[in-house]
Amino acid sequence: MTTTTPASIRPGAAPGPTFKVGYLALHAALILGSVAMLLPFGWMLATSLKSPPQIFTYPPSLVPDPVVWRNYLDTVQAMPFGRFYLNSLFVAVSVTTLQILTSSLAAFAFARLRFRGREALFLVYLATLMIPFHVTMIPNFILIRFLRWFDTFYALIVPTAFSVFAVFLLRQYFRGIPAELDEAARMDGASSFRIWGQVIMPLSGPVLAALTIFVFLGSWNDFLWPLVVSNSHATRTIPVGLATFRGQYNTDWHLLMAGSVIALLPVLLVYVFAQKRFVEGITLSGMGGR
Amino acid sequence: MTASTSSHSSLPRWRRYQPDQQWEAYLFLLPSFAGFLIFVAIPVVASLALSLFEWSLLSPPEFVGFKNYTQLLASDLVFRKVLFNTFYFIVTIVPLQLAFGLLLAVALNQGLRGLEVYRLIYFMPVVTTIVAAALVFQWFFNRDFGILAAAIWELGSKTGLPIRPPDWLNDPDWAKPAVVILTLWKNTGFTMVIYLAALQGVPAELYDAAKVDGASAWQRFRSVTFPMVSPTTFFLMVIQMIGAFQLFSEAFVMTQGGPAQATLTIVYYIYQMAFEFQRMGRGAAVAWVLFIFIFIFTLVQTRLQRRWVHYEAGEDS
Repeated sequence: MTTTTPASIRPGAAPGPTFKVGYLALHAALILGSVAMLLPFGWMLATSLKSPPQIFTYPPSLVPDPVVWRNYLDTVQAMPFGRFYLNSLFVAVSVTTLQILTSSLAAFAFARLRFRGREALFLVYLATLMIPFHVTMIPNFILIRFLRWFDTFYALIVPTAFSVFAVFLLRQYFRGIPAELDEAARMDGASSFRIWGQVIMPLSGPVLAALTIFVFLGSWNDFLWPLVVSNSHATRTIPVGLATFRGQYNTDWHLLMAGSVIALLPVLLVYVFAQKRFVEGITLSGMGGR
Repeated sequence: MTASTSSHSSLPRWRRYQPDQQWEAYLFLLPSFAGFLIFVAIPVVASLALSLFEWSLLSPPEFVGFKNYTQLLASDLVFRKVLFNTFYFIVTIVPLQLAFGLLLAVALNQGLRGLEVYRLIYFMPVVTTIVAAALVFQWFFNRDFGILAAAIWELGSKTGLPIRPPDWLNDPDWAKPAVVILTLWKNTGFTMVIYLAALQGVPAELYDAAKVDGASAWQRFRSVTFPMVSPTTFFLMVIQMIGAFQLFSEAFVMTQGGPAQATLTIVYYIYQMAFEFQRMGRGAAVAWVLFIFIFIFTLVQTRLQRRWVHYEAGEDS
């Protein structure tokens, strides 16, 4: 029966209101909520295109008149947002690649190889999932100072290149892959490394895609750790750069909002075009225990 | 060892315990384990030790025993405020976020057209950078030129009621609700999406049966929907509570912890202690207090869940 219902009606969907009026009321409420969700974005965009006198007039308007595109030029001249982009991109790509590499190798060992102390070690890993990052933040900061990594990319990348959570998530997924597949490969003489790279990893597309989005977005938006270990434009990522910008142009709201638009635009663009992947990535990883 | 060999003796030879697989496994684990040891395990121990010292990184560390903890809990008035603020955020943000998320998910689960568009919009704040979001809300809440205040002024003058916009970010009583509103805007899409997934797993027969029995929409929600999604509610409650305990960026950017420390949170206090006042030991002590609170709260919730969380037969709790 469910196969004949339209795609918008899921198998588990509760039977909806029987009257058209019910649907209309529901749409009205949801549209009102949507406006509330979008209003801050609109307010940001409108302010970013206003001149200072327009900003400080009452009543405020959502339509800039005239439209001052120059604000964006002034913003990137006041703050090297291009540099921040590159920094963010470099850090996020490195962290994502390294985290997935180190975690999938470890997860493969936990899921597929026999070795002494496997269960005990996995338990130790799991136990630290409970401990918030803030507990280890200060010793890590001291370690970074000691290694003379303060204000370098090493400080931004290396400590986050490993993740207990990713190991956990991938191990769960790997265990669901039929063991017969890698046993067959092993009988054909494949090494463990080849089984990891040519059997397990190719079969883990969905979880790897979800994890990639989750880790990348987390790294791209991360604030506290980069705030603590970066101290110059050469290493500042987008969120830290934007916070620094605020510190220097406290009341120039047209520039601050232009900076915010610049900071948000790439992620929002990708999100609009890959909504499903984003939602899947964040929920799948989020459900894994965060 | 012999036991483990014999238990596998029924397996083909190549699946039995192989000594060379042992070293191979360690090799696979090495990159992850090295990072785990250096950046997680050792820092955990170091943090515990550090919390017993007074250390500014400039002069040699001085052992002070439990003084960092006793002072925090006995005589630090700011810390009391910090704890109060954090609990305020937990008891407001967690229930509101769950309620809004569930409400939206139920609305979207009625087989409406445009589900994808609504989800796109409601989930959008989840992917935004918190710094930009907090910056926009700071400007949004501005009493003189912000659009929210203007709407409230308008409402007051149109209706003739004595409605005045509060000075959100400069009034200690209103700064906390402002942070709550920002957090709800930012995170409700997440709870909504998780609830939506849970609702789509509720069998339609249950609703049909309830309808046959003459249950009203509210009764169906109360006795079918709510119990069926209660494991999700429990899960969201725990992770949102942990998230609320760790609130930092919202307050750091939008209110700088003020006014009058009204939005200073535990994590903000850790940051202040360690990186503004250079008191590494005290900062570590605050971090451990945070961990203990999270641990106790999670434990209590896990204990209480048996009373209200409904698990399907065969599903492990």
